[in-house]
Amino acid sequence: MMRLPKFTYVRAKSVREAVRVMADAGPDASFVAGGTDLYPNMKRRQQTPKTVIGLSGVRELRRIAGKPETGLVIGAGATLTEVCEHSKVRKGHPALAKAVSLISTPILRNMGTIGGNVLLDTRCNYYDQNYEWRKGIHFCMKKDGDVCWVAPSSSRCWAVQSSDAVPVLCAIGARVALASQSGEREIAAVDLFRDDGIDYLTKRPDELLTEIRLPATNGWRATYWKLRRRGSFDFPVLSVAARLWFDGATVKDAKIILGAVGSSPLDAHESARLLIGKPLTEDTIRAAADAAYKPAKPLDNTDFAYAFRKEMAKQYVARALRDLA
Amino acid sequence: MKTKAKGRARARFEKVHMRLRVNGEDVEVAFAPHKTLLEVLREDLGLTGTKHGCELGECGTCAVLVDGKPILSCLALPLDLEGKEISTVEGMADGPRLHPLQEAFADLGAAQCGYCTPGFLLTAKALLDAKKKPTRDEIKDALAGNLCRCTGYVKIFEAVELAAKRMREAAPSKAKGASNGR
Ligand SMILES: Cc1cc2nc3c(=O)[nH]c(=O)nc-3n(C[C@H](O)[C@H](O)[C@H](O)COP(=O)(O)OP(=O)(O)OC[C@H]3O[C@@H](n4cnc5c(N)ncnc54)[C@H](O)[C@@H]3O)c2cc1C
Ligand code: SF4
Ligand code: FES
Ligand code: FES
Repeated sequence: MMRLPKFTYVRAKSVREAVRVMADAGPDASFVAGGTDLYPNMKRRQQTPKTVIGLSGVRELRRIAGKPETGLVIGAGATLTEVCEHSKVRKGHPALAKAVSLISTPILRNMGTIGGNVLLDTRCNYYDQNYEWRKGIHFCMKKDGDVCWVAPSSSRCWAVQSSDAVPVLCAIGARVALASQSGEREIAAVDLFRDDGIDYLTKRPDELLTEIRLPATNGWRATYWKLRRRGSFDFPVLSVAARLWFDGATVKDAKIILGAVGSSPLDAHESARLLIGKPLTEDTIRAAADAAYKPAKPLDNTDFAYAFRKEMAKQYVARALRDLA
Repeated sequence: MKTKAKGRARARFEKVHMRLRVNGEDVEVAFAPHKTLLEVLREDLGLTGTKHGCELGECGTCAVLVDGKPILSCLALPLDLEGKEISTVEGMADGPRLHPLQEAFADLGAAQCGYCTPGFLLTAKALLDAKKKPTRDEIKDALAGNLCRCTGYVKIFEAVELAAKRMREAAPSKAKGASNGR
C-alpha cells in the first residue's frame, strides 16, 4: 500500500472556521477539497503538511449562483461533476463546461473540485514520482533537491501549469475571491499565476479560494481544446482557450491563452492582435495560429515530444478559432 | 464528527472511533485518522472486495459508491464520510442472488483476472440506477475511469447492456415508462 504520511485532520464547517484553523496552524498546514491532487502528492511525499484542513463539509463553498447574463458565481468547493453538468454553466459557459468535462475521469470528477483544479500543483516527469524514484535521481529543485533535471543549467523550476479550467478562466476574464483572517480580496484569475514551477501562485498559503466569478456572457464566444494521449485520465500537455468578441462578422477583440506549455498560462498576444479588426477566415485563422508557435515553450518534462507539442500549438489554435468562426 | 481519542488523551495520531454506514449497516470502526477509505475497508473492516491498484487515482479499481455515486476510495478519508451511504461490491448481491450485473459479467466473460471487476460493477451500477437504457456511448463514458488490462472492454460494455436488458425485463412496468421516451 502507498500510504499517506501522518497528519492531523480538521474538518471545517465554515469559511470562517477554515481560515481561522489555517491561521493557527501556520505554514505546515494545507487545505484539502477533493484531495485528488493533494493526496497523491502526499503519498509520493511531494507535499507533507502536518495539518490538513478539510473543506468538503463547508456548504457555502459549494453553491453555484447568479445568472450567466449578469455573471455566474461558482463556489470553489463545487465538484467538477457539479460544474460541468450544471445547466447554467453549460448554457452560458460552454467552453468552461467542456474544459471541466475533459478533466481526468468521471469518477475523479465526482471528487475533485473547481477550486482545487485552479490551484493544482504544477507537474513534471521528474517530480510526479514516488519518493524512492525521486531519491534515485537525487531529487530536484522543486522538492528536496537543488538541480533541475529538465534544464540543469537553469536556476528555476519549469514544472508545468496543467489545469484544464485555468486557461478558460484566464481567457474569459474570470475573477477569484480569496479569504483569510485579514479579510477578503478579489483578483483577476490571470493574476493568480506566476511563471515559476515552484512558486506558481500569487495566493498566500493562508488564503482560502472561496469563489470563481465569471463575467457576463454578452458579446463574446469562447472555446477550449486539449491535447493528451488518452481520451480519459490524462492531464493536458497542450491546451488552448480562445475568446473572441465580434462586431458583426469582424473580430472586435480577442484573447488566446495557451495551457500546459509553461509554468503559468501563456497569453498568445500576437495571435490575438492579428485577428482584431478582421473577419474570421481561413487566412486570418492560419496567420493567428502560426503566431502561436513562438510563445509556446514546452520543455521535455511531460508526455509527448516537446517539439510535437510546440508544433501542435499552431494546429490547436487553428482548431479553436474554427470553432468560433 | 464523532471522533474521540481512544482511552486517555494521547498523541494526536491516536486512533479515531467513528460509525460508518457500509452496505446498509452501521459499523463502528477504530482507525488511524490519516487512513484512506480503501485502507479502512480492506484492513479494518475486512472488506477486501475493493481492490487496490495504483492508489493514486489513476486506475479506478478502488471505486466504491458514496450516496450512489462512484468515488475513488484510495483518495477519500473516512473522516469525511460520516452519515454517508457507502456501497462496496460485497453489498451488491441480494443474499445468495447475484446482482444482474454480476451475473451478466460472469455469463459473458467480462471478467478475466477479475481485478478490475469490483470497480467496474459499482460504476456500472451507478449508471444503471440512474439510467435504465444507456446507449453504448453513455456506457463507455461512464466507465471511462476504470482501467482493465485483460478484456479489451468490449465484453464489459456488452455485459452492462445485457444486465440493463435483464433488469428492464425483470421490472416491466418501470421499463415501459423508461423506454417510451426513447
Ligand atoms: C489520475 C489523475 C488525472 C488527473 N487529470 C487531470 C486533468 O486531466 N486535468 C486537470 O486539470 N486536472 C487533473 N487532475 C488533477 C486534479 O484531480 C484536479 O485538478 C482536481 O480538480 C483537483 O481538485 P481537488 O478538489 O481534488 O484538489 P485538492 O487535492 O483538494 O487540492 C489541490 C490543491 O489546492 C489547494 N486547495 C484546494 N481547494 C482550495 C481552496 N478552496 N482554497 C485554497 N486552497 C485550496 C489544496 O491545498 C491543494 O494544494 C488529475 C488527477 C489525477 C489523480
Ligand atoms: S522542471 Fe526541473 S526543478 Fe521543476 S520539477 Fe521538473 S526537474 Fe524538478
Ligand atoms: S487504486 Fe484508487 S484509482 Fe487506482
Ligand atoms: S479482468 Fe483483468 S484487469 Fe480487467
